[in-house]
Amino acid sequence: MNINATLIAQAIMFALFVWFCMRFVWPPIVGALEARKKQIADGLAAADRGKHELELAAKRATESMHDAKVRASEIIAQAEKRSAQIIDEAKNTAKAEGERMLVAARAEMEQDVFRAREQLRGHVAELVVAGAEKVLRREVDAKAHADLLDAIKNEL
Amino acid sequence: MSAEAHTSTEYIKHHLQNLTYGKLPAGYQRYDGEILQAKTWTLAHSPQEAKDMGFVAFNLDTLGISLVLGALFIFLFGRVAKKASTGVPTGGQNFVEWVIEFIDNSVRGSFTGRNPMVAPLALTIFVWIFMMNFMDLMPIDWIPGVAEGLGLPYLKAVPTTDPNATFGMSISVFLLVLYYSVKMKGVGGFVGELTLQPFGKFGLPFNLFLEGVNLIAKPVSLALRLFGNMYAGEMIFILIALMGAAWTGFSVGSATLFGSQILLSLGWAIFHILIVTLQAFIFMTLTIVYLDMAHQEHH
Repeated sequence: MNINATLIAQAIMFALFVWFCMRFVWPPIVGALEARKKQIADGLAAADRGKHELELAAKRATESMHDAKVRASEIIAQAEKRSAQIIDEAKNTAKAEGERMLVAARAEMEQDVFRAREQLRGHVAELVVAGAEKVLRREVDAKAHADLLDAIKNEL
Repeated sequence: MSAEAHTSTEYIKHHLQNLTYGKLPAGYQRYDGEILQAKTWTLAHSPQEAKDMGFVAFNLDTLGISLVLGALFIFLFGRVAKKASTGVPTGGQNFVEWVIEFIDNSVRGSFTGRNPMVAPLALTIFVWIFMMNFMDLMPIDWIPGVAEGLGLPYLKAVPTTDPNATFGMSISVFLLVLYYSVKMKGVGGFVGELTLQPFGKFGLPFNLFLEGVNLIAKPVSLALRLFGNMYAGEMIFILIALMGAAWTGFSVGSATLFGSQILLSLGWAIFHILIVTLQAFIFMTLTIVYLDMAHQEHH
């Protein structure tokens, strides 16, 4: 229980242990602890980021699905419209064609009627002339009355 | 009965004497009556001899055991530090990291300055003192018994029951406090702190007295607290051990004493685990606090 030089030796030993601890023990372990803390924090952050990205991707997927649906219905609507248009156009064309054909037929008909009438008129005139010739042959020279007969023919 | 008392006294004295190696002067009469012809370096064989060796003497048991324990601390922690990895810690690394985080939290909680030395200092103090205190929980006669078998006159197993060990640490801490006080505040600042408060410059002598006592009380209380606690604990172990030593053959009284010794030393050992840890913790915390005060401009 005496105070003696042990005190000094003990103090030196203490200083050496502290120095060693400060030099070789504390920094690597605390460094490892810090590094692990950082690693864990990074891992957690990465996990968070991953989760966030997953959410975003899901949202994007939903959006693009929605877009596709909208586009599809648009396309269908357009197609329907187009088909209706085509049908309409065809109808119109057909109608126009029909009318055109009708008009042509009618014109032909009129022409035929006109031609028939012309023929008929020619025939009638010939008949009349033949009749009149027969009548007049006895009395009149056909050539002398040709002008008269032509005038009559034109009036018919 | 008187012989019994004598041996009890001797037993206690024997347990309280360090193994001291020092120089005895020429003409000194040894414990066995031998008169030394020349001055001799030798082991003290009685408390009186240890005392007569004066200051230039070494308590080999204190030095040896604390050296072994300190080396064990450095070895265990150093081995972990060498292969410290950031992966999943296993076994030893887990334990060491747990201790270091505990120390680190204590330092962060009490120390506001920036000094890379404080935390390793606190770690060394805590673990070393804890290990030295823990020797107290060894059955009290084991290590001295082995020493006696080896022919050593004395051996005290607990270095912290030697004031040399506790003062050795507390004076080192005190020197650090002085060093950092001067380094942080300058000589003028430190002297001012000692002389100009709490009563201003007109109360200078009184201030100096108060602050001087305050300053000196730090290392003294630090060392004496640890020493006193461990010494008292050791003493109680010794007294409990005496109960079984009063064995006088198979009788109810002896059996009761023997049983009491087992129960009491068990109870005291369990309680002592608390003291062992607490004293190590107190020494560490106070060291941190004193150093923190040394780093601050005003406390």
